[in-house]
Amino acid sequence: MRLVKQNIERDGSGTITLYPEEPEDMWFTYNLIREGDLLRASALRRVTTESATGSTSSTRVHMNLIISVTALDFDMQAAQLHVSGRIIEETKYTKVGQFHTLDLELNRNFTLEKKDGWDSVARGLVREACDPVKSADTWVVVMQEGLANIAVLTGQRTVHRQKIEMNVPKKRGVGKQSDHDKGMERFFQTTLDTLLRQIDLSAPKPILLASPGFVAQGFQKFIVEYATRTGNKALLAQKSNLVVVHSASGYMHALDEVLRSPEVLSQLKDTKYARETRLMEDFKTMLRKDDGRAWYGPNEVEQAVEKGAVGRGGGVLLISDTLFRAQDIASRKRWVRLVDKVRDVEGGEVRILSGTHESGKQLEGLGGIAAILTFPLDDLDDADDEEDINGPNESTTNS
Amino acid sequence: MSRHKLVKNLDLDEVLDDYDGGLDEDVDEELAPEDREHLRRGTEEVRQTLGADFNTSNREIEDTLYYYYYDVPKTVNYLLSKWSIQRYFRAPLTWKDQKANTGSKKSKKKATEPKADGKAQTAARKKENRKSQNEETATSSGSLLESLAAGSTKTHHPGPASIAKSQEAEGLGRSSKKQAKGQPYQESQGRPTPASSRPALGEGSEESAVSQLGDLKIQPAPTGSPSGFATAILGLEKNRPCFSRTPAVPGMPFTIQNVANSKAFTGPSPDDVVLKAQSSSKGAKPAPKKSEKNAEEESEHLNGHLKTLSIGDENAKPKSKLLNVTAEHAKAKLKKSANFVVIGHVDAGKSTLMGRLLHDLQSVDQRTIDKYRKESGRLGKASFALAWVLDQGTEERERGVTIDIANFQFETETTKFTILDAPGHQDFVPNMIAGASQADFAILVIDASTGGFESGLKGQTKEHALLVRSMGVQRVIVAINKLDAVQWSQDRFDEISQQILAFLTTAGFMPKNLAFVPCSGLAGGNVVHKATDSLASWYTGEPLLSLLEDYEPTERAIEKPLRLTTDDVFRGGVQNSLSVSGRLDAGTLQTGESLLIAPVSHTATIKGIEVNAEPFDWAVAGQNVILHLADVDPKHLRPGDVLCSPSSPIQSIKSFAVKLLAFEHIMPMHCEVHRGRTHAPGKIAKLTALLDKGSGARLKGKKPRLIQPGSVAEVLVEMEEAQPLETGNRVILREGGVTIGAGLIK
Repeated sequence: MRLVKQNIERDGSGTITLYPEEPEDMWFTYNLIREGDLLRASALRRVTTESATGSTSSTRVHMNLIISVTALDFDMQAAQLHVSGRIIEETKYTKVGQFHTLDLELNRNFTLEKKDGWDSVARGLVREACDPVKSADTWVVVMQEGLANIAVLTGQRTVHRQKIEMNVPKKRGVGKQSDHDKGMERFFQTTLDTLLRQIDLSAPKPILLASPGFVAQGFQKFIVEYATRTGNKALLAQKSNLVVVHSASGYMHALDEVLRSPEVLSQLKDTKYARETRLMEDFKTMLRKDDGRAWYGPNEVEQAVEKGAVGRGGGVLLISDTLFRAQDIASRKRWVRLVDKVRDVEGGEVRILSGTHESGKQLEGLGGIAAILTFPLDDLDDADDEEDINGPNESTTNS
Repeated sequence: MSRHKLVKNLDLDEVLDDYDGGLDEDVDEELAPEDREHLRRGTEEVRQTLGADFNTSNREIEDTLYYYYYDVPKTVNYLLSKWSIQRYFRAPLTWKDQKANTGSKKSKKKATEPKADGKAQTAARKKENRKSQNEETATSSGSLLESLAAGSTKTHHPGPASIAKSQEAEGLGRSSKKQAKGQPYQESQGRPTPASSRPALGEGSEESAVSQLGDLKIQPAPTGSPSGFATAILGLEKNRPCFSRTPAVPGMPFTIQNVANSKAFTGPSPDDVVLKAQSSSKGAKPAPKKSEKNAEEESEHLNGHLKTLSIGDENAKPKSKLLNVTAEHAKAKLKKSANFVVIGHVDAGKSTLMGRLLHDLQSVDQRTIDKYRKESGRLGKASFALAWVLDQGTEERERGVTIDIANFQFETETTKFTILDAPGHQDFVPNMIAGASQADFAILVIDASTGGFESGLKGQTKEHALLVRSMGVQRVIVAINKLDAVQWSQDRFDEISQQILAFLTTAGFMPKNLAFVPCSGLAGGNVVHKATDSLASWYTGEPLLSLLEDYEPTERAIEKPLRLTTDDVFRGGVQNSLSVSGRLDAGTLQTGESLLIAPVSHTATIKGIEVNAEPFDWAVAGQNVILHLADVDPKHLRPGDVLCSPSSPIQSIKSFAVKLLAFEHIMPMHCEVHRGRTHAPGKIAKLTALLDKGSGARLKGKKPRLIQPGSVAEVLVEMEEAQPLETGNRVILREGGVTIGAGLIK
């Protein structure tokens, strides 16, 4: 993303013009735009004109439109962002109040004006998005016998690309081993085929193969054998990029363990997801000690911040970016205020975790917000019935 | 190659050349002195046996003897039978008819000779053929043939060859000749001559010449009553002897003729029976030829079968017999059966110990073990030979580690056992859970070698023990293995058993349900037999096997609705394209019953049931079964699916409350939920309450934000996808390769 023009007043009002360059930027944009914001971008709109005689003709017209955002739709897989809203500026072809859905395109400027002004989180996001240091994508195949999940890790997100599930017959007595071996081979072949459809081999990227036991090793061997057999040079060239890592299972949440593994950390330690994973791990370690210095849940953390426990000298606030995507303006403001307080007033550290990464998902499990305190606090959870982030949690107990 | 071609390609000159002249000399010259001696002694013996008044020439006896390769009893039999036939047929044989018969006779004779005969015999036969061809005298057996031939049907001569020289001119003579020269044996065998071509001849190459004769005669009258011809020649009065239709013992085709069997033609011929049976079952494939001996019963049997059989109707739904399975089960009085899981840390020697057990029980033969020993030696893992009995997987053998549960059945005098050999490696705990969920009791194998015990204690020994406990296993036999590595030290045994006993009792096992045995899987002491090592003499208790047999079967949930957690989905063979294996957790089932597959809600029909690799019509809770399914697409089935009865299906649920014992710190987190082979991702959404360890009552106070290891709590688990789980199921929660808790669904 390139920052083309920034025009922000002291009170936070004003506009920013951005130039998205790669799909990843769409994700930033998605996190940046909220309902009610004003967005100006180029649009292709079908215009129907009526001639004097009453005959109609419709043409497609390129124009710049300004809309007031009513809904956002982000396609994770294709990284496309569709923003719907009402037109607020009359043009030659459109009237005020008509609806339009803008499909933001790469390599085309757009200008954004925040309804409630540019807060620190939004500005931070723009800064981060325009950081020229890019982290390379990493492909991960987490697998176990009969199950494989293919995901791509980018700086900001974990994109789950494909799940492969197959029945591999188990070992059964004497002489029936071939069923299992054949099943495994079929499973490997399907996984590899799927992977090759997803991945662009011309740009080498690290590919992590993770599994319990020996499945990943077997898969690595299979890939090399397959590439040699079929003379697939592009694939063979990836040989050095294949890294076998241990994971406890083939499910997506085993990614967490993959990212913590020394093999990965040594290669990717500066990436956002590696940092976030480490942070979550630290927090859980603190929590296990149960010494009153690690707290999770919105109310507890807010109280802790009130008491000044998340401040200079080790105080860390972990917050999931999903909280800022809340539809409800008030709750977004609540979290922005909290972030501002910790960072600016208390001097603590704030980490905004991507909700699509495994670490972010773990944080969401804890209520989306957690904090490591500078001094132990007890009885933060005295509040009788605490409010949950996602509204009151219906207990769907089946008993 | 077609027969015609063979005949066409035959070089007549060559055959004749080869055969020309010197045959008389051949025989006599070729007879070695020892042969003559044999012949002389044989003749004497035969004479003696037959008695003085038996009228036959020396020459004849000699020929016969030579034919049978000096077999005196056969010769006697033959001569006797010939004699009995002579009494009926005394017409002189004309040369012409003989010619017509010789070919087929000769080839028939070949057919009846056992093919496995050595070359020596072939050579002898060759000689003999030539010799007999020189005989100009028409034997009395020849006169029999003559009279048969007179009935306008050409038939066989059952006796040894007496072939006119001039037969060489005949096509078949040539082929027999060729055969004598070492042509493939079968080529000429059983083939009809032009003169005697009858369908029965062609097909009956395996049958004795005598029974062929029978076939031949009834062919014109397939209704089964003897033909006019047969009646004419055999008279068929009850007391008249005729040719027996009993199949001859190969190699002695002519010995039975004097055993008159007058009943032979009174009933329909076996062929007719078969034909009739075939025509009565429409579109049925031709039934295989039955041996004629018990053709009567066979045919009845066959008829019955064909009636019930409906070939070409494979899609027919398997019919349920509507058995009262509970009653059948009570009636059946099955042998006591038990499943046990073998658990312990990796490399404790679980598979080897079980291999030893099976080896000493001779459930696996020594040859297999020797083969494994050789193969494992080649991989440099000779000590794994016994483990290979259970570790069948290619990868398992290469790496020397059990990966998946191995199933093996064996039987002692009192009990049928199923071994579930669990993997010890941490990564394969899910597989171990799958195995333990099927077990009635457990063997905990502990490595007694120096350092082995200690590392095991840190490793999977404790985890496994806790897991089996939380899955409801009450009884544990602790096998303290590899004691031979520490010179069967009693101190070591005591030390280990003390520690393990203390641990297991705190884990909730009753001391009376625990047993300790010092043993060695590799060397084989105290497994099936008592240890022979004098160092081990301090142990006076029973070996492992006796402890296994002490098992008392527990009550099974037979009356409850059907639940079967599938362990594996596979192709069960040529006829069964889809089979599942698993243990019946509750209820009963029978063939033809329709099942509901959870969580996909598809139905399937049971085509067949196997219990302990034997077909059964029904199965009850507690048994490990293989079900062959029909009417279902394999893609709907996964290992871990639950099969239940459509009338009381299991619900698939997305979230449930579970009362659990924490093994690790628990906070709201991701986890995998295991139940038997089923495992699925989910998360602990909420820590509802801490519970009192003793009473299970909710502890007063605030909502927990962290559950400490060892405490009991109630949590809410949310699954990513709905899973077939119900109240009372035991589940294991794991995360990051570590078991974090185990409990019961509320």
